[in-house]
Amino acid sequence: MNPFTYARPDSVDKALGELRTNPTAKFIGGGTNLIDLMKENIEHPTRLVDVNRLPLGGISELPDGRLRLGATVTNAETAYNELVKTRYPLLSQTILAGASPQLRNMATNGGNLFQRTRCYYFYDTSMPCNKRQPGSGCAAIGGYNRIHAILGTTSGNADATSPTACIATYPSDMAVALAALEAVVQVTGPNGERSINFADFHRLPGNEPQRDNTLEANEIVKSIDLPAKGFTENHTYLKLRDRSSYAFALVSVAVGLEMAGNTITDARIALGGVAHKPWRKPEAEQLLVGKAATPENFQLAADNLLAGAIGYGHNTFKIDLAKRAIVRALGEATN
Amino acid sequence: MSVKTLTPPAVQLAAKADTRGPARPMPKPGMVTFRINGESKTLSIAPWTTLLDALREYANLTGTKKGCDHGQCGACTVLVNGTRINSCLTLAVMHDDHEITTIEGLANEGGLHPLQTAFINHDAFQCGYCTPGQICSAVGLMNEGQAKTEADVRELMSGNICRCGAYPHIVDAVMEAIKK
Repeated sequence: MNPFTYARPDSVDKALGELRTNPTAKFIGGGTNLIDLMKENIEHPTRLVDVNRLPLGGISELPDGRLRLGATVTNAETAYNELVKTRYPLLSQTILAGASPQLRNMATNGGNLFQRTRCYYFYDTSMPCNKRQPGSGCAAIGGYNRIHAILGTTSGNADATSPTACIATYPSDMAVALAALEAVVQVTGPNGERSINFADFHRLPGNEPQRDNTLEANEIVKSIDLPAKGFTENHTYLKLRDRSSYAFALVSVAVGLEMAGNTITDARIALGGVAHKPWRKPEAEQLLVGKAATPENFQLAADNLLAGAIGYGHNTFKIDLAKRAIVRALGEATN
Repeated sequence: MSVKTLTPPAVQLAAKADTRGPARPMPKPGMVTFRINGESKTLSIAPWTTLLDALREYANLTGTKKGCDHGQCGACTVLVNGTRINSCLTLAVMHDDHEITTIEGLANEGGLHPLQTAFINHDAFQCGYCTPGQICSAVGLMNEGQAKTEADVRELMSGNICRCGAYPHIVDAVMEAIKK
């Protein structure tokens, strides 16, 4: 780790001031990803600003029925919170499918949104990586890419030497449920407060694969707000991985359905492990609305969701795996 | 399904760029005070010292082990205010005023902690390197109160790796302590 100074402000204004006066400062929450990246010589902040004692804690119900998850609440506290367990069991289940108990006890809700990819080449400083070193190329294309993206990558980034190519995936489980639940990220910064819909929070690599999300410089996440609709009856998180616990997803599926008898009246399907952001396709979800909960209808939605998916060799199996996972998750959610 | 053979990347190795920027003056160490195993300790440490290194190198408590140093093995598990965490992925300065419990702090005048006794009764180790982390993790697991069955214990102890493979005995020991 490189040397750095440390600050622990007690107000959001002071925290934002720290970033304003030092562009190479970074916020630290649980540190579970950032400290690791610093040890690996990927991140080199000159100052760490500890957000854990800012007044951004607590989980509270808002008057309009939304639930507000404070940015500094840990993942474990969130997953085991009674309101989350009863109103958003999909989120609770999804958080508990990720990492280990120790890491969930440290990791914060805000910090979870800023996890970096676990692409091997992003971590290997001797290899090209447009995300770590913009313009250097993408070693995953043509390399060992078993864990990499199959959606949201364009024909333009099929070339390993392209200065913008990137087939990294976004690693968070929690974010997949937040995408399905259509959470809203509340942020504040020099230009005041703003709300970011979850679908707009993370981004595809596009021409700037080094940018994981749409947060502006000097902004801070205050809370993650969940809309009232919690899909408490029909939901599931299916996570497929190389071992049954404590591993990142190869493919994961968060499903939330509303049902009238055997007819689906609302459907949300979010995928993890397949793209640079939690992946949703409203068109595929609409194929299920008004339809009976049958394996044939699930298959139509799955085929639509994966249409246009691109395999890069070692990860091509994910296209079929994702389709089967979607069908199975929908089946589990409707039972 | 066709699987391509492993081929090296089709791109040249990037020159190692030093992205760390210009040299800066070395920040000074600061004083951090926390309670470790019931005793107040004030240490002069640099901000980049992990809690694990602070315990082992500055507080001379070497019971907590450094395994992977990347949060993947759980050997460094300690309790902070009763909650289990990976001490390798947190900075000591972040724990000012916190109560830290390590493997050295579990036994008291009345004898070993029930989990330590259970680990001995069930021979829940071979080389013993992961054991301090396993036991601290199991204490945290009991504090959390979520594990009721063997399957729960296996899932909620998955953050602690044992390369000797003593898992069946570890699960037996933890189950015995939970039932008591």
